[in-house]
Amino acid sequence: MTYSYFPGCTLKNKGRDLDVYGRAAAEKLGFALEELPAWQCCGAVYPMAKDEIATRLSSVRALMAAKEKGQDLVTLCSACHHVIKRVNGDMQRDAAIRDKVARYLNLDTPYAGETKVLHYLEVLRDRVGFDQVAKAVSNPLTGKKIGAYYGCLLLRPGKEMGFDDPENPCILEDFIRALGAEPVIYALRNACCGGYCTMENRDFARKQVDKIMENAKSQEAECLITACPLCMYNLRENATDGLPVMYFTELLAKALGVD
Amino acid sequence: MLDVIKEISGVNPRKCMKCGKCTAACPAFDEMEYHPHQFVDMVETGRIDELLNSKGMYYCLSCFACVERCPRSVEPARLIEAVRTLALRKQGGDHMTPDMVPGKLDENLPQQAITSAFRKYRK
Repeated sequence: MTYSYFPGCTLKNKGRDLDVYGRAAAEKLGFALEELPAWQCCGAVYPMAKDEIATRLSSVRALMAAKEKGQDLVTLCSACHHVIKRVNGDMQRDAAIRDKVARYLNLDTPYAGETKVLHYLEVLRDRVGFDQVAKAVSNPLTGKKIGAYYGCLLLRPGKEMGFDDPENPCILEDFIRALGAEPVIYALRNACCGGYCTMENRDFARKQVDKIMENAKSQEAECLITACPLCMYNLRENATDGLPVMYFTELLAKALGVD
Repeated sequence: MLDVIKEISGVNPRKCMKCGKCTAACPAFDEMEYHPHQFVDMVETGRIDELLNSKGMYYCLSCFACVERCPRSVEPARLIEAVRTLALRKQGGDHMTPDMVPGKLDENLPQQAITSAFRKYRK
């Protein structure tokens, strides 16, 4: 199966590991990620203001490029996924936004959200299947206690993201189990890491991360995994006494023996 | 002004039943001089000028915990974003400017942090 792939800016730079390990693991698991030829930055945050059109256009261009190729669009970065998925939802449900976008881009046929947007984890769960992932594991992470850190962007708002139960998710725990490790459930796995407020007030961001780390440690997690470069940064750089953190793709590559 | 906020946010603050779940769910409520449930009430009662001068609203993380848990689909984050957007769109209203960025950089800071902060703090 071949998918259109939107890596996003950070995955070409500070978040390179998320991308490199994700691609290597995809190859091993038998699906292809075909990078869109001329993608633009998604803007990193979903434009909540309904009268903002220009900030939605890069997502629409990516969605239309995938539509033209007749492929589903796969994302890896939580932020890119959040933005592109929600803009796609706007194009499906909000006639005013759809119409304005069509005029901005001078489209003969308005784009109405036809492309299916999938996060890499959804590909593993719904297309490849975690049972197949488990079969491909050559280096099982037996005995390792791993905490899934979901953060916000993959899960909420649940109705729009449709990713998992936003209050009690299990996709990352099932993923960890497929790799032979033991998932650690802790309450703050879907709490916010402090996000972009680390640029506003680092002490405030530090408070968020310390709470998350204390909580994960109390449940005896040995390390955390994430799908978001900004979560990764905050968890690593703002923790007073934190656990090791890695991208979920790095863990996957390790278990598949392709690191 | 209230009409503009309703239009930008797509939210009707009058649906709020004052349960306070938004504030209970908010990781930044303590940094805000008007907590999310108060913010919604102040929009509803037209106290927009006070909100436009709020410093605490820049602590909204857009984590969508309030949106997820609001039993009335009032979506406080959308209202906060709408007021914030009005404040930022005023001339000289930027909360973050490019000259403030170099001092915040370090070698690991992801592009995503800078892009999202600029989208959130500058128009």
